[in-house]
Amino acid sequence: MSLAAVASFEARYQELRARSLRTSVAYAGLFGLALLASAWVGEFNLVKVAQGLPRIHEYILKTLPVLTWSNLWGDLAEWFYGLPKWLMLLWETVLIAYTATLLGTLGALALCFHASQNLARGRASYWIARRSLEVARTIPDLVYALVFVFAFGIGPLAGILAIAIHSMGGNGKLFAEAVENIDMKPVDGLRAAGANWVQMIRYAVLPQVLPNFTSFTLWRFEINVRTASIIGFVGAGGIGQEFYTAIRMLYYEDISALILILVTTVVIIDIACEKLRHKLIGKEGLA
Amino acid sequence: MNTRSVGLDPGAIARARLIGPGAFEAPLRQRLMLWLVTGGVGAFTAYCLVLFEVSPLRLWQGLDKLVDVLGHMFPPTAKDSGWDYAYAMLQTVAMAFLGTVIASILAIPLGIACAKNLVPNWVVRFVFRRSNDVLRGVDQMIWALIFVRAVGLGPLAGILAIIISDTGTLAKLYSEAIENADKRPVEGVRACGGNALQTIRFGILPQVLPIMLSNALYIFESNTRSATILGIVGAGGIGFYLADRIRTMLWEEASFIVLMILATVYAIDWASRRVRSRLIGTTESTPALH
Repeated sequence: MSLAAVASFEARYQELRARSLRTSVAYAGLFGLALLASAWVGEFNLVKVAQGLPRIHEYILKTLPVLTWSNLWGDLAEWFYGLPKWLMLLWETVLIAYTATLLGTLGALALCFHASQNLARGRASYWIARRSLEVARTIPDLVYALVFVFAFGIGPLAGILAIAIHSMGGNGKLFAEAVENIDMKPVDGLRAAGANWVQMIRYAVLPQVLPNFTSFTLWRFEINVRTASIIGFVGAGGIGQEFYTAIRMLYYEDISALILILVTTVVIIDIACEKLRHKLIGKEGLA
Repeated sequence: MNTRSVGLDPGAIARARLIGPGAFEAPLRQRLMLWLVTGGVGAFTAYCLVLFEVSPLRLWQGLDKLVDVLGHMFPPTAKDSGWDYAYAMLQTVAMAFLGTVIASILAIPLGIACAKNLVPNWVVRFVFRRSNDVLRGVDQMIWALIFVRAVGLGPLAGILAIIISDTGTLAKLYSEAIENADKRPVEGVRACGGNALQTIRFGILPQVLPIMLSNALYIFESNTRSATILGIVGAGGIGFYLADRIRTMLWEEASFIVLMILATVYAIDWASRRVRSRLIGTTESTPALH
């Protein structure tokens, strides 16, 4: 190789490097600008954070109960004085999540086959199914809850319906994606044998997607337990109402007790669902 | 294959049933099991519905009211608060952006501390993992409510809530990505005499950075959605106006805000897909989170 070739190669290399550096700097600048703008619009500055941090620290300290070795049981009993009531509310919360998951999954089952490209029965029904699932999952569940509390009154019914609609949207999308990934040969076989649309889905599609559907549904249940625990903020049932009161009225020790109960429940349900999932579909098939 | 013996005449079908009953229906035990499970789920659901006092009459009356509300939602109008809504929407996105950026940085050391292949000491790992669980186990709205009490009403409480809950989520995702990393580059760097920091920088980071970025973008999308409701408890953003308009039954304005949220969420999803495909070359989001 001649020296001139090496030199021109080197020059070209340096030019490309400089150009990539310029682009990187430009994007970094854009990112920094966006960050600054966000901080300004979000009223976020370090002085405020620095002032806030000690207050948060103080707040957390206040929520912690006074526990002494000499009177441990007495102190614990005082800390968890509301336990019977809280456990009832917790049970209600889990049931809200269960009912909502069930209803939402049924809705998703009804819509997902219409919303999958390979099985849709027509352009109109495909479009309608897709859009309604999109709207159902994009509007936050708490917004549904606010409207339903107005329509159905304060109580768990509003919460159930709100979470159910949101689950329908979320699960419907996942279900439709699973349906779009199936092997179409069994479908063709059944169609050739003269099966109608419902029979085709029952015998060719469902056996293929059922493990996925089950996994998604269990996982949705985990999410819904969390949502059900806050849906009470707007009066839609569950333990959220109690939480809201405790935080608003500054019942400090209740807050830590409720958080402890809630986190324990969520972790237990997560682990149980994970175990169930593995049992149902085997470790390898986990979607 | 002998096709004559299994023709369509009833005798042949009966013979086939005798030879292989499993081909015609599931065993009795399996069918019983199915009926039991179905019955159990049905009975339990019925119990729930009774407990929650769900009756056809209540549903009917509620639906009636709901249809009425939907009728009042059209046409969606902003009245004269259009600019307020637009600014609040912008604030929502800003909260999500700032919260995600800070959380994705804070999650890096936490994620490393939870990764088995980088931190062999199980006590350290255990402590960090359980604290992650607490961060993630408490819902963002609860954090928001607590921060509103601690630092006052406004977007700062919302941003802090996003930071806290997503640091936990991202740390978990990061640590999983780190644990799944190929260990050969790590061994290579170690063999060349690299120290712990250099091992992470040259052995692990190039492998996990695309995954981390993809996760962070995904969390940003998810935060844009959840930040829209933080305002319901006074933690900044559009949620404050939405909750207020619904509670005061100004349905036309409420539906305007909902449409604004929909448009923003779609726009952010689209933009995030573009960025992801530019940075990582794939448009797929993490399925494990949606």
